[in-house]
Amino acid sequence: MSFWDQALEIARVDLRIERRVGDVLRIVLPFAVVALLVFPLALGVDLSAVSRLGPAVFWAIGILFGMQIALRHTADDRPERRDLYSLLGVDPSARFVGRCLSGSALMVVFLLVLLLATVVLYSPDLPEGWLLPVLAGLLLTAIGLTELGTLAGEVTAGLRNRTTLASLIVAPLALPLVIGASQTLESLARHTGILRWLILLVATDLALAVAGVALARPLEEASR
Amino acid sequence: MAAPIVLHDSGVTLGGQMVLRGLTVSVGPGEVLGIAGPNGSGKTTLLRLLATLVRPDRGVGHVLGAALGTSEVYGVRPQIGLIGHVPAMIGELSLRENLEHAIRLAGADPARIEPALRVVGLDEAAHRKVETSSQGMLRRTEVARLLITQPRLLLLDEAYSGLDYFAQELIDTLIDRATRDGGAAVMVSHDPRHIAERAGKVLNLYAGRLEPVT
Repeated sequence: MSFWDQALEIARVDLRIERRVGDVLRIVLPFAVVALLVFPLALGVDLSAVSRLGPAVFWAIGILFGMQIALRHTADDRPERRDLYSLLGVDPSARFVGRCLSGSALMVVFLLVLLLATVVLYSPDLPEGWLLPVLAGLLLTAIGLTELGTLAGEVTAGLRNRTTLASLIVAPLALPLVIGASQTLESLARHTGILRWLILLVATDLALAVAGVALARPLEEASR
Repeated sequence: MAAPIVLHDSGVTLGGQMVLRGLTVSVGPGEVLGIAGPNGSGKTTLLRLLATLVRPDRGVGHVLGAALGTSEVYGVRPQIGLIGHVPAMIGELSLRENLEHAIRLAGADPARIEPALRVVGLDEAAHRKVETSSQGMLRRTEVARLLITQPRLLLLDEAYSGLDYFAQELIDTLIDRATRDGGAAVMVSHDPRHIAERAGKVLNLYAGRLEPVT
């Protein structure tokens, strides 16, 4: 079985499990929408300020809950399943790519629904031509967060306090994604050009992909 | 034909504790080795060492010609079949889905899934979720996987435990297939009676050391 066939098979099964368990869409997403709803109430700001805050709140909640999704996605990786994959001859890099594919698909759906909820709840003042740049930023952020979460899951596999450690790894490394994603819309509004922010997101995604693929085998071996 | 398993003075340390020490054993083509030992004696770690999933930190060892602790083991892993005491299955999937997933990843022919399910007596119950299946049904699903992938080296951890007579015969079939063409099998159990009938040679594992049965 080729590298890509293995990656796609792992992604397919991950998505089937998500369809049944509904961790992301039935548990995390409703909480994120509720957070979106209570944010302006907690601040006690007027309606015009709420619409100005909309994009910032969207990215803050999106990335915060997105990190949670990325980490949950790898937390259920039991040692027996990892051993089975090894004995079936699955390339650890293909496993990393497969998990990133399924995680990114879930993350894109999550962020799209959250974006829709932001538009409905906040009626934000969006600059002209906002949709495509926001969708591009959203897609690149989703991929980056998933890669980061998957990589953190691999680094901490087999460790006792893996959930805490993974969060500590993800939080600082997510900074380029947070900056790139939030500045895309900000720059669009200020007409200062969004290309450099999209390049930052692409570069981060590529760096994480290269690190994940290259380190997959050594990390898997070290986790035993 | 080279011996499928050769260990010379091999040892394994896990978490700073020496779990296995001074292991010297050879399992030739067509042989079945039985290892008996009490709980905590290192049986599961020994099977994981032979499955190339744990590295030895002393001595030398070869499994199916690959030197343990080197990258050579990646190539022989698909020829190793392990049935551990915890089934390697995804709880949210059905038995059939688990089997299909493993068979696709192994690159084996999916057309062999239905016949294998019939052989292990699961053709009617394969739609059941892992979470709601008995230990025996999980074992049978693992046996079906190994019937399809046909490993050259079979590693069985308490393989007969919790199985009815028919399912125990399936384990025997697996062993026969693995050893028929120059492969080998290693069975571990806390009860030597479970393995004495099938194994040509039985050793005791006590505090991480292999000893002849007295």
